[in-house]
Amino acid sequence: MSQLINSILVFLVLTGFMLLSSSRLAACIRAIAIQGVLLGVLAIAMQDGRLSTVGVLLPLITAAVKGLVLPWLLFRAMREADAVREVEPLISYNLSIMTGAAALALSLWLGQRLQLPSHASPPLQVPAAFFTSLVGVIVIVSRRKALTQVLGYLALENGVYAFGAAAALRLPVLVELGILLDVFAGVFVMGIAIFHISREFDHIDTDKLAALTDRLR
Amino acid sequence: MTGLLLSLFFFLAGAAASLIFARRGRWPSYLGAGGVILGSICGSVPALLVALGAPPQSFRMAWDVPYGSLYFGLDALSAFFLLPIFLITAVSALYGVEYLEAYRGEKALAAPWFFLNVLAASMVVVVLAHNALLFIMAWETMALSSFFLVTLENEKESVREAGWTYLVASHIGTAFLLVLFVLLGRAQGSLDFDRFSAPSGAGTLFLLALAGFGTKAGFVPLHVWLPEAHPAAPSHVSAVMSAVMIKTGIYGLLRILTFLGPMQAWWGWTLCIVGLTSGVLGVLLALAQHDLKRLLAYHSVENIGIIALGLGVGIVGLSVGESFVAVAAFAGALLHVLNHALFKGLLFLDAGNVAHATHTREIDRLGGLLRRMPGTGATFLIGAAAISGLPPLNGFVSEFLIYLAGFKGAVSLNASGSVPMLAAISGLALIGGLAVACFTKAFGIVFLGHPRSERAALADEAAMGMVAPGFVLAGGCVLIGLFGSGVVRSMGPLISSVSGLPSIQVGRALAAAANSVARVGEFAALLVAAAALLCVARMKLLARRQVATAPTWDCGYASPSPRMQYTASSFAQPLTETFRMLLQTRCVFTGLEGFFPRRAEFHSHTDDPYRSRIFQPLFHSISRAMASLRPLQQGRVQLYVLYIAVTLLVLLLWQIA
Repeated sequence: MSQLINSILVFLVLTGFMLLSSSRLAACIRAIAIQGVLLGVLAIAMQDGRLSTVGVLLPLITAAVKGLVLPWLLFRAMREADAVREVEPLISYNLSIMTGAAALALSLWLGQRLQLPSHASPPLQVPAAFFTSLVGVIVIVSRRKALTQVLGYLALENGVYAFGAAAALRLPVLVELGILLDVFAGVFVMGIAIFHISREFDHIDTDKLAALTDRLR
Repeated sequence: MTGLLLSLFFFLAGAAASLIFARRGRWPSYLGAGGVILGSICGSVPALLVALGAPPQSFRMAWDVPYGSLYFGLDALSAFFLLPIFLITAVSALYGVEYLEAYRGEKALAAPWFFLNVLAASMVVVVLAHNALLFIMAWETMALSSFFLVTLENEKESVREAGWTYLVASHIGTAFLLVLFVLLGRAQGSLDFDRFSAPSGAGTLFLLALAGFGTKAGFVPLHVWLPEAHPAAPSHVSAVMSAVMIKTGIYGLLRILTFLGPMQAWWGWTLCIVGLTSGVLGVLLALAQHDLKRLLAYHSVENIGIIALGLGVGIVGLSVGESFVAVAAFAGALLHVLNHALFKGLLFLDAGNVAHATHTREIDRLGGLLRRMPGTGATFLIGAAAISGLPPLNGFVSEFLIYLAGFKGAVSLNASGSVPMLAAISGLALIGGLAVACFTKAFGIVFLGHPRSERAALADEAAMGMVAPGFVLAGGCVLIGLFGSGVVRSMGPLISSVSGLPSIQVGRALAAAANSVARVGEFAALLVAAAALLCVARMKLLARRQVATAPTWDCGYASPSPRMQYTASSFAQPLTETFRMLLQTRCVFTGLEGFFPRRAEFHSHTDDPYRSRIFQPLFHSISRAMASLRPLQQGRVQLYVLYIAVTLLVLLLWQIA
């Protein structure tokens, strides 16, 4: 079982790099979708064979929403906003990947230092969760489009989810469903907002929204 | 307590109702004023009972907020401050119904009524709160609601400026209070007032309270917001703010003093110095003003100074064990709180009438209004005499008590103890004299002589709803002036809770003080009777004679014009010249040329020295220093997220490493 968990975690890290390195929006959305499915499987695998109906159903729903529904929403937003299919980063892809590597190193170090109160979790789990969150932050900070900001936010959320699994948090069903609904509604609203921004300003480039600041130039 | 909770309910209901029926013509005015008045009536019953000696009440409910609890307590101190709050807000609300009519059509009237109700409720909660968190929340609500009231005419640049000054000043004050309450509650881990304990550094706490509450009360040099905000606000709001809202600062200071254990002599010295500077500078700056409401605002600084002076004398008396000095001075200071509420509320309402009728607050554009606005003029005269501390009115009674304490202290204390007493006596005398000069100027230029502008010549008496509130307050001034001894006798529980002296000792001292006040009252009554007798005699003598009006002797001028009258600045000039050092009045005079001089100009303007010398340079240098942080604001979302992420990461690493 730990073989499976470890390989899922490695894949999670790899999807992070995929998100950082792809120049195509579609590939980034796919990376997020894969992360969602991986997390669903991870949550089931973490239960050590003591499966319950809710314990299986909930990760499956999560995987379905994160792997299918959200990507579908994002693809639709991309189509409707008629965005250029390029990511348009503020820093180069090489630099993105290097930052990602630094983030991974930091995560590994943190994983060693951070004492979790719960029982033994796979050694890679905390670093992978941390890395996924950091990748989300890097994407939010270094990309220009509103759509990539949504992707960054989703990666951040995925990292938090993976961390929750790592800390072996047994959240009540209602809370978990609530979080899922939050993410779903968040992406839904952001999709609509992106559509409106692009219709109003003819682009979804947050860089140009800087003109709205009150700072004297 | 039920009555007070009911009154809070009425305030909030009035606030909500005036918003709900915002579009129904005069409804928001009636509903808003109704809420304030009903709430005040309900609340004043329990407040009056407790102030007259009924046992204190309290009410406590759990509250989800950490360290907070809905803990209300009504004791003698709260009750005494509640009474003017209820009276002045109710009277001002009554006045506001007519006053705000002038704005209808151009302003949504629901907003000022909503905020007046919220202001009333928050003032009541400030005075009742026995939990620091509840207190701070009410304190901030009070500041915010009055900020929105001050900025009612926000289309004017000067009003916006005044609003910001006020907001910044009150937040700086609150910053001191936050530190103060945390320090007080730290020992017991609770922010309930009854579990506060005086830690070792009581002196620091006293200074924090002095700065924090002094900003609201308007002690020099923290008064700078006062002369800006009070003229900018609508007049009934100025009345509420100046008469009762700034007194919550005095209340807070007194409340904190009860937690700090035995009072030390240097606190009293500090308060005496603060009081003397506030009093003298306040009245001097008032003397130099040309704007009627700004003049009144500076008089608030002066009167707050008198109150602080009384408290200072009381604390000095208490620290050396002179119970009569302490009791008389505290009684004088606290009675002055009530008295100032009465006459300052009255004066602001009358100033509102003048501004309403003539559309100007410039004293030099008014004149001769007594004939056209007899009701306003008569009440203004009463208020002016009262604020100047002249018998037979209430201002004299409270200042007399402070004099009494000062004389007693000066006679019976040793050399070092008698210094503040002598300073208080001479300072109070100086303040009183200057106040008389200032109000002679204000009343004389505004109400006597001939109109100096067309607006003033065409002025009409305000509506009944705006004159009657003035008569109510003027009646209060006369009543306390004549029957002050009764009021002083009933202050026993209040004084013993403030000073911590046993009630028998307080009662004995108060009885002695009240006897002196009673003599004054009798004398005042004689004065009134003599004046009435003279009036009757004059009427009798003139009854069967022809009475004609003729111009006064005009020194041989062929045709005197209203422009040849004294102006506000020329009237005050001898005094402002004397105190030129302190005032730094700027004059512009083009001079006269030739034998037949044509055009000449003279302007004089007196800035607030603290504002222009201390606070403006200070804030300018702060803002220059802060400008170096400007590059942080790039207007990019990405960068802001990066700031947050880096901060969190650094905190995490710092915590782990």
